[in-house]
Amino acid sequence: MLTQTTSVPFAASPGYFDQRSASAKTGLHLLMAAMSSMFFLFLLSYILRSQVSDWEALSEPWQPLAQTGQLWFNTALLVVASISLELARRSIRQPERGHSRELLMLAGLSSIGFLVGQLVFWNFLTTRGFFADSNPANAFFFLLTGLHAVHLVGGLVAWIVATVRLERERREPTEEGLALTRLSVELCATYWHFLLVVWMLLFALLSSSPGTYAAIAKFCGLGD
Amino acid sequence: MFALLAKCHDKALALSNRGRIHMTFAVILVAIVIISVLFHFLSPWQATPLASNWGSIDTTITITLVITGIFFVAIVLFMAYCVYKYKAVPGRRSEYRPENKKLEWWLIGITTVAICGLLAPGLIVYNDFVHVPANAVEFEAVGEQWRWSYRLPGKDNTFGRTSVTRIDENNAFGIDPNDAAGQDDILIGGNQIHVLINQPAKALLRSKDVLHDFYVPQFRAKMDLIPGQVTYFWFTPTVLGTFDILCAEYCGIGHYNMRGQVVVDDAVSYQEWLSSQLTFADVISGGTVEGLVEQGQRLASSRGCIACHSIDGSPSLGPGWVDLYGRQETLSDGSMVEVDGPYLIESVVDPAAKIVSGYPPIMVAYELSDEQLNSLVAYIASLSSDPKNSTSIQPSTEE
Amino acid sequence: MAYADDVENEELHEPTSFISKYVWSQDHKVIAIQYSTTAILVGLVALVLSGMMRMQIGFPGSIDMDATAYYQAMTMHGMIMVIYLLTAIFLGGFGNYLIPLMVGARDMVFPYVNMLSYWFYLVSVLVLLASFFVPGGPTGAGWTLYPPQAITAGTPGSEWGIILMLVSLIIFIIAATMGGLNYVTTVLQARTHGMTMFRMPLTVWGIFVATILALLAFPALFVSGLMMLLDKTIGTSFFMPDMMQFGSQLDYSGGSPILFQHLFWFFGHPEVYIVALPAFGLVSDLISVHARRSIFGYRMMVWAIVSIGVLSFVVWAHHMYVSGMNPYFGFFFATTTLVIAVPTALKVYNWLLTLWRGNIHLTVPMLFSLAFIVTFLVGGLTGLFLGNVVVDIPLSDTYFVVAHFHMVMGVAPILVVFGSIYHWYPKITGRMLHDGIGKLHFWITFLGTYLIYFPMHYLGFLGMPRRYYAYEDYPFIPDSAQSLNAFITVVAIVVGISQLLFLFNLAYSYFKGAPSGGNPWRATSLEWLTPETPPKHGNWGPSLPVVHRWAYDYGVPGAVLDYVPQTTSAEEVPVHENDHDE
Repeated sequence: MLTQTTSVPFAASPGYFDQRSASAKTGLHLLMAAMSSMFFLFLLSYILRSQVSDWEALSEPWQPLAQTGQLWFNTALLVVASISLELARRSIRQPERGHSRELLMLAGLSSIGFLVGQLVFWNFLTTRGFFADSNPANAFFFLLTGLHAVHLVGGLVAWIVATVRLERERREPTEEGLALTRLSVELCATYWHFLLVVWMLLFALLSSSPGTYAAIAKFCGLGD
Repeated sequence: MFALLAKCHDKALALSNRGRIHMTFAVILVAIVIISVLFHFLSPWQATPLASNWGSIDTTITITLVITGIFFVAIVLFMAYCVYKYKAVPGRRSEYRPENKKLEWWLIGITTVAICGLLAPGLIVYNDFVHVPANAVEFEAVGEQWRWSYRLPGKDNTFGRTSVTRIDENNAFGIDPNDAAGQDDILIGGNQIHVLINQPAKALLRSKDVLHDFYVPQFRAKMDLIPGQVTYFWFTPTVLGTFDILCAEYCGIGHYNMRGQVVVDDAVSYQEWLSSQLTFADVISGGTVEGLVEQGQRLASSRGCIACHSIDGSPSLGPGWVDLYGRQETLSDGSMVEVDGPYLIESVVDPAAKIVSGYPPIMVAYELSDEQLNSLVAYIASLSSDPKNSTSIQPSTEE
Repeated sequence: MAYADDVENEELHEPTSFISKYVWSQDHKVIAIQYSTTAILVGLVALVLSGMMRMQIGFPGSIDMDATAYYQAMTMHGMIMVIYLLTAIFLGGFGNYLIPLMVGARDMVFPYVNMLSYWFYLVSVLVLLASFFVPGGPTGAGWTLYPPQAITAGTPGSEWGIILMLVSLIIFIIAATMGGLNYVTTVLQARTHGMTMFRMPLTVWGIFVATILALLAFPALFVSGLMMLLDKTIGTSFFMPDMMQFGSQLDYSGGSPILFQHLFWFFGHPEVYIVALPAFGLVSDLISVHARRSIFGYRMMVWAIVSIGVLSFVVWAHHMYVSGMNPYFGFFFATTTLVIAVPTALKVYNWLLTLWRGNIHLTVPMLFSLAFIVTFLVGGLTGLFLGNVVVDIPLSDTYFVVAHFHMVMGVAPILVVFGSIYHWYPKITGRMLHDGIGKLHFWITFLGTYLIYFPMHYLGFLGMPRRYYAYEDYPFIPDSAQSLNAFITVVAIVVGISQLLFLFNLAYSYFKGAPSGGNPWRATSLEWLTPETPPKHGNWGPSLPVVHRWAYDYGVPGAVLDYVPQTTSAEEVPVHENDHDE
């Protein structure tokens, strides 16, 4: 088998854009794998650290995360961004590109809204005296939400590229421009879904009760 | 045309193979095997003589040496054979045989058996290592940069609760004064611990600051100290004598100098030593009437000064204190200074101001009361043999 | 998978000016050379540091080096060698140069990101080197950077050095991730016609799997580094427990130093294989080419690489047997660690079986490859001591460990680096490296490193602890140990200086070396079949190569030459029925 001849007709190869789009998707999947590894290890550290007695969970009734209204609002914004990118991904395949332009704009704005919302919550924490160095639970909260936000900001750079490409393609439509725009929007949609899942995991964990942490720690065999 | 090309290549490669390099290389490989094996048996550098029950660990090392040694010799000799036997010859071809599943599975099988031969005895001995015998007697070793102190549980056989946050100059171990179990704990400050021969000992390890490791080469066993946690291991000393405790986990600039001693005693001398030690209760109550010098001595011990400033004339990280008072010292900028009270006090409060030549500028500033500073100066002065210096302390301590 | 043949469509960014050709280049070959040059230069710094340390150990007081400087040199030597030299040169250097050429691609799939990767790497190196010039100097925390010690006052460079070190590592991780995405995606998506995964040279397999490890393991270093940076700078207590230092309570509480160790080694052990797997791959190719024999057991070799990669994620705590972790973990990690020895041993056997009945040419690359086998064998076998938990207890943190890891992941991979540079230099420059200088360099390096590290194991048996600035007045250490240390130092200095031969050879042969032609070793893999040597931008001229066979057709019975290039179809060369078809 190793020396067997394969006969790929030279000229019939599918071409450049297929390769570029396949590569971009593979690259994004790998990036998400690396990011998953990072967030997973953070969460593991979080669970381990939460089992030390000086931990004051932010979710205790007298603590700021007892009321999660603001964070639910932020979550809703991120959900809107994710859904509108998914719709944009679908509509850009239609003739006339459907509402992809508006949807893309909505996704960007609600993502920025999410970031602002997170900042507002940070501000709320610090004005109430919950600084990163006052308790490890606070430190993890700032660290994890901050890292998530940084990754979303990175996504917004890709979103700007997608928007610019869509505008350019609208003004002077080319096959190449269309393919690139589709690719950009598709990659953004995947990335946003990923960030949404990460955020929901973070949110669930950060606002869980100390009992839940203990249970997870026990389940993972991290008792001591 | 192809044939011609092949011939040319063969010629060129025969040239690049000229001389006896295959022979030389094969001989060197054989020599490496012979010299390595001879070195193993003849070298003067062998394991330090054992002084504990962990002969079984030495046995596992021997087993590992034998098995890995066989593989080492066989593989390198086979390589020497191949290099010599299959040297490139113009016109000859290598065998075309990309795989031989049967041979590969055989090799995997043999390797697996050998690995099991290493692992099984290792895990059996490790099982002993993690199971502390019921009759083991506990002692606690406390590490800090860069010295050791120890605690015994006392008559009630129970250690008092401790916490790093309780440590101060009267309570170097951070024992909870309200815990009854702690009152009779025996505290040993001077880097040296005594243990009883042939009595299994369980070392409980605690650190005040960074990671350390309790390592006595003659005992084989070792374990890290982790701040915020109590770790342990056990051993039975089997040879009388004094052994060095080394720190085997890098702990900062004085790591190489963080040494303690463990003295293995017979029953009589152990009891004699034990009876002269103070309990926690003695220490906290007895500290009321003591002279300035004693107060300074206690401070030097509790604040860890003597980790870097020796009090027996041996070399240490900072200037030793024996005969220091009254001496002329050369500073790192070349100027001279006489070591007197004000200079010593300045060196404690602002160590970076004047560094004695030849010592690293690593000491941190200490915040001490005037009384404490004076007691420290008095203590350092008391270590000077020159009586002139001892008398001259009076003016400085009365400032 | 898709193929991009049409050069018109290919965004090749054909460089025009000097700057865009050699500085802001997006060509994988130029980036590879940038990576390698930077790595070798920073490696020379680490080499000088090790020479200084050896002087202090062998001849205490002979050079003006205090404990502070010693520990700083120790830390920087370790970190530079492991991360900034070996990781960078195998992935950024060889990975960049060889992957596109060996799989038949025109370039990496994301050339711009590839360029960024190098520039991030350069910045990380500059930040690291900057720490030599800040107040307090570089960190002296040991390359493992264990807290609390790494960021507290008793350690050299705990003011600024440690901050720069952590920042530099974080930048390096970003660089490695950008590069890594490229290498893996290029292997997955840009292989040419007929280049199936199981026709790829083992070099590509090794780098491919190592890069996947890097993508998954470097985040652990990122996580631990970032948390420690916060502990240091804003006073959080992720890793910092309640502690009392030099008589005063520090403002930390409750953190777990051992958590750092788990995270660090969750990165650190795969890191060993991030260095070793590319070396395995490269050396397999060198041995096959220069023994003129098909690599023995190709499929097994691939599966060995893959299974070593997978297993490397479940052995990390064998670095922590005496760390005070739950002692029962020892049973599990000793077992997994010894299991990993099986695929590793298989690789050694298959290299030997490739020599067996071969037609061995002892060229300089081959000499280095064989030396690698010996060195790696010693390092691997001593690894069985340290992996077997109870045997590790007396040996951990002694010179046995130092000797072991220098053999297995210091000298062995460096020998492969040398062998590979001697092997591929003709492709990179069009000229051969000087053979005589190469052989001299080889003999000094191989025999010298063996003389340094083999006896060093016995200092470990003796119980000499590592990371000691001086060994004064320890009764259990005989005076002869000092003589051995002096001997090791002398050899180390000779070996260190002899590396100038190599640098000289690189420079001399660039101008004066014999022209090599396109395929001086008569090798089969694609990188030797480029239309030009050195390959031009885009590598393949107008059309991509078409692959018809695996990369190891040496000594094929019936063929006219003793090698059949991968691009040769069955019709072009008479090939007899062969017996390895499945």
